[in-house]
Amino acid sequence: MFAFTIKRIAQAILVMLIISFIGFSIKNAFGDPVRELVGERVTPEERAKIRDQLGLNDPFMVQYGRFLKNATHGDLGRSFFFKKPVTEVIISKAPATIELVFCAALIIITLSVPLGIYSAIHPKRLFSRIVMGGSIVGVSIPVFLTAILLIYIFSVELHWLPSFGRGETVKVFGWWDSGLLTKDGLLHLIMPSIALSSIMLPLFIRLIRSEMMEVLESEYVKYAWAKGIKPRRVWWVHAFKNTLLPVITVGGVQLGIMVAFTILTETVFQWQGMGSMFIESVERADTALMVSYIVVVGFIFVVVNTIVDLIYGLVNPTVRVAGRK
Amino acid sequence: MSRLSLLVLTLMVSAMLLAGCGEAPKEEKAEKAAPAETAAPEKVVLKLAMDADPVSLDPQVQLSGGMLQYAHMVFDPLVRWTKDGGFEPRLAERWESISPTVTRFYLRQGVKFHSGNEFTAEDVVFSIARLKKSEDFKGLFTAFGDAVATDKYVVDLVTHEPYGLVMAMATYIFPMDKAFYTGTDPKNDKPKDLILKTDYSFANYNESGTGPFVVTEREQGVKVTFTRFADYWDKATGNVEEIILTPISEAPTRVAALLSGDVDFIMPVPPNDLERINTTEGLKLVTMSGSRIITFQLNQKRRPEFANAKVRQAMAYAYDNNGVVAKVMKGFATAAAQNSPKGYQGNNPALTPRFDLEKAKALMVEAGYPDGFECTMIAPNNRYVNDEKISQAFVAMMSKIGIKVSLKTMPKAQYWDQFDAQAADIQMIGWHSDTEDSANFFEYLYMCPNKETGKGQYNSGNYCNEKVDEITMASNTETDVEKRKAMLQEVEQILFDDAAFIPLHWQNLSWASKKDMNTEDIVNVMNFPYFGNLVIK
Repeated sequence: MFAFTIKRIAQAILVMLIISFIGFSIKNAFGDPVRELVGERVTPEERAKIRDQLGLNDPFMVQYGRFLKNATHGDLGRSFFFKKPVTEVIISKAPATIELVFCAALIIITLSVPLGIYSAIHPKRLFSRIVMGGSIVGVSIPVFLTAILLIYIFSVELHWLPSFGRGETVKVFGWWDSGLLTKDGLLHLIMPSIALSSIMLPLFIRLIRSEMMEVLESEYVKYAWAKGIKPRRVWWVHAFKNTLLPVITVGGVQLGIMVAFTILTETVFQWQGMGSMFIESVERADTALMVSYIVVVGFIFVVVNTIVDLIYGLVNPTVRVAGRK
Repeated sequence: MSRLSLLVLTLMVSAMLLAGCGEAPKEEKAEKAAPAETAAPEKVVLKLAMDADPVSLDPQVQLSGGMLQYAHMVFDPLVRWTKDGGFEPRLAERWESISPTVTRFYLRQGVKFHSGNEFTAEDVVFSIARLKKSEDFKGLFTAFGDAVATDKYVVDLVTHEPYGLVMAMATYIFPMDKAFYTGTDPKNDKPKDLILKTDYSFANYNESGTGPFVVTEREQGVKVTFTRFADYWDKATGNVEEIILTPISEAPTRVAALLSGDVDFIMPVPPNDLERINTTEGLKLVTMSGSRIITFQLNQKRRPEFANAKVRQAMAYAYDNNGVVAKVMKGFATAAAQNSPKGYQGNNPALTPRFDLEKAKALMVEAGYPDGFECTMIAPNNRYVNDEKISQAFVAMMSKIGIKVSLKTMPKAQYWDQFDAQAADIQMIGWHSDTEDSANFFEYLYMCPNKETGKGQYNSGNYCNEKVDEITMASNTETDVEKRKAMLQEVEQILFDDAAFIPLHWQNLSWASKKDMNTEDIVNVMNFPYFGNLVIK
C-alpha cells in the first residue's frame, strides 16, 4: 500500500508538471495582455516597453522556469487586471464556486440516491418510467440553456428569484464570503445550483439505477432473499453498499466535469466565482490568471483522483495489483 | 440514510417554495410603497448594470470608454460635451483665447475635493502634468505644453502651435487632488501619484475627485458602490444618492436583470432585445446614432489588386450598406459612406452609400479583373456589434463581383496582434474618434503609415495619399472653424473618391432603464452618461 501511495503521488506531480507546461505554452495563443491594458492610441514601442517590464519578451523556457521556481514558493504570478497576486484573486473567488458546487452536489446526492434506488427496485412502475424519461431530457439540455430558461421563468416572468449574482454575503472566518447564511444569499443560490446539477443529476440517477439493478441480480442478494432477510435490509445493506463503489469512482471523475460546467453556469448567472473569473481572464488575455486557474483546477483534479484511487485501494485491495502492472 | 436524505430534500423543496412565496408579496409591497416615498424620503438608489466596471480608480491609467464613464461620475472635467456637440462649463466657469497658443480657463471657486481639500488651479497643473506622463494619454496631449497657473483660480492651457482642439481636449482634463496624490504611499513606498497598470498603486485604489459621487465600496469585477458627495458644488443636479454598479458581461443576463427588476438601468442593450424592452411596460429604451465607424481596410501592399483604385471602388459599389443595416443590424445602425458621423466638422453631407452591383461589375472589368480574384480577410468576433455576421455578409457580397474572400474571425484578445501584423488582405476596424473630431480618423486610419510620427498607426490598408496627409496636418493648426470644416470635408471627399476603405456603418448606442428616470437627458453620443444629473421620480 505504501509503495502504491508513493507511486500515485509521484504520478500526480508529473501530471501537474505537464498541466502547467501545457497551460503555460498555450497562453500566448490567447493574445497579448498588454493590448488589454492600454488604450488604442498607445504606440507599438510603448507597448513593447510594457511587455518588457512584465517579462513577456523573455524566451519561453526562461518564463516557464521563472514560473515553476515561483510556484514552488506558492507564488503563481500577478493578475494584470486585478493588480493583485493571482493566488489572492483565486482564493477570493473560490468560496463562491465551492458553495455553488456544494449545493449542486447536495441536490444531486439527495435526489439521485432515492430516485435511482427506487427505479431500480421498481423498474416497471409509472414513477420510475417518468424519472427515466425525465433524466434523458435533463441530460440532453445544455447547462446554459437550462440556466437561461430558469432565469426567464423564475426571474423575468414570475419575479420569484433574483436573476444574477450572489446577493448578500457574510464574511466567515474573516475571509470566506458565504452566501449560505443569509436569506438573500440562499435565494440567489437556488437557480445556479439547479442549473449546475441539471446534467449530473440525471446521469447519477441512471448510474445508480443500473448498478443497483446489476447488484440485485447477483447471487449473494438472491441468497440474502433466500435467507428471509427483510427487504429494507437487503436493499440498503446488501445491495446499495455495493452499488456505491463504482458511483464514488465515477463521482470523482465527474467532479472535474462539474468544474467545467461551473464556467457556463457562473457566466450566465454572473456568479462571481472561479468559473466566470476564468472566462473573463481569457477574454481580457489576463494570461497569468488564466494559467494559474488551469494549474489550480488541475491540482484539484489530480488530488481528487489520487484520493479516490487511494480510497479505492483501501476498499478493494485488488486495485494494487493493477497499479503494479 | 434514506430518511435523512428525504428530510433534506423536503426541507430544500419547502425552502424553495417558501422563498418563492416570500418574494411575491415583497414585490407588491414595493409597488405600494412607491407613492408614499415622497412623503417619507427614502434613499434614492440606482442599481446599474454595465458590461464591465472601471478597471482602476485612477482616471489617468487607461484611456477607454469605461474609464471615462467612471471619470464623469467621480471626477469632473473642466468642460464637458453637450448633446448638440457644444461645450458646457463644469470646473471651468468660462474660458477665452489669449493668443493662438494660449487658452485661459477661469475656474469655479469653492469647489471641494472628496478629501475636503479645496480645488485650485494648481490641481489642474498637476493633473495635466500627470496626463502627459500617462502612457495612454500622452499621445492625446502631445500638442500641449505645461499648463500655467496665473492665479489661484485661473489656469492657462498652452499649446506648442495653434491647435483647433483645445476645447475638445479640455473635456479629458479631470482635475485630480494634488495634495491627496502627493507624498509617499507607506504600502509600497512609492509616490502616490505613480501610474501603474498591472500592480497595486495608491491611485489605483484611492480616489479624490470633485465629482458628484464618491467610491465608498469596491470589489473589482463584482460591485462598485458610489455614494453622492455631500459637498458637491453643483446643487442643481440629479437626486440619486447611491449607485450600485454591477458588471454583467453576459448580454442576456443583463437584460434579464432589468426585466426582472433586479437592476434599474442597463447599458449596452443587445440588438436582439431592443424590441422586447421597448414593449415592456414600465421600461424605457433610449437609442441614438453612435459615432463609432466600422470599416474594412484593403491592404494595398499585400494585394496588388487593391492598389488599383477601380477595384476598391468596385468593392465599395458592391457592398450594400443599407441592406446590412436593415437585415444584419436590425436597423440598429446608421449606414455610412464616410468616417465622420453627423455633427462632426468633417461630415460631408454629399457622401451617401453607393450600392450599385452593375456599376461594380463594370468597374471590375475596367480594372482588368472580369473574373475577379481570391484574397484573405480577418475580423474580430466579439469586439463590435455583430462583427462576425457583418463580415460574412461582406464576403457574400464580394462573391457577386467575383472576389472570393476567405474569412477568419477570432476573439478580440487575439485579433489585434493579427491586425498589427497585417495578417490578411482585408481587415476590419472600428474607430471612435477620441477627440470627437474627424482629423482623428484620418491621422490614425488613413495617413501614410509612419513609425516615427506614429501617424497611420492603424492604417493596415497602407493607403497613402500626400494630399490627405497635408490637409489633415494643416487642419490641426487651423483654428477658424469654417475653414477647418471645409478642409476636413475635403479629406472625406478624397477618401470617398479613392475608395480608400470600405465604410459600413456607425453603431447605434442604447440604454435601457425604468420609466421613472430622465434617462434621455443624461445620455450622449460619446456614451458617457452623466449619472450625476439622473433624476429618479
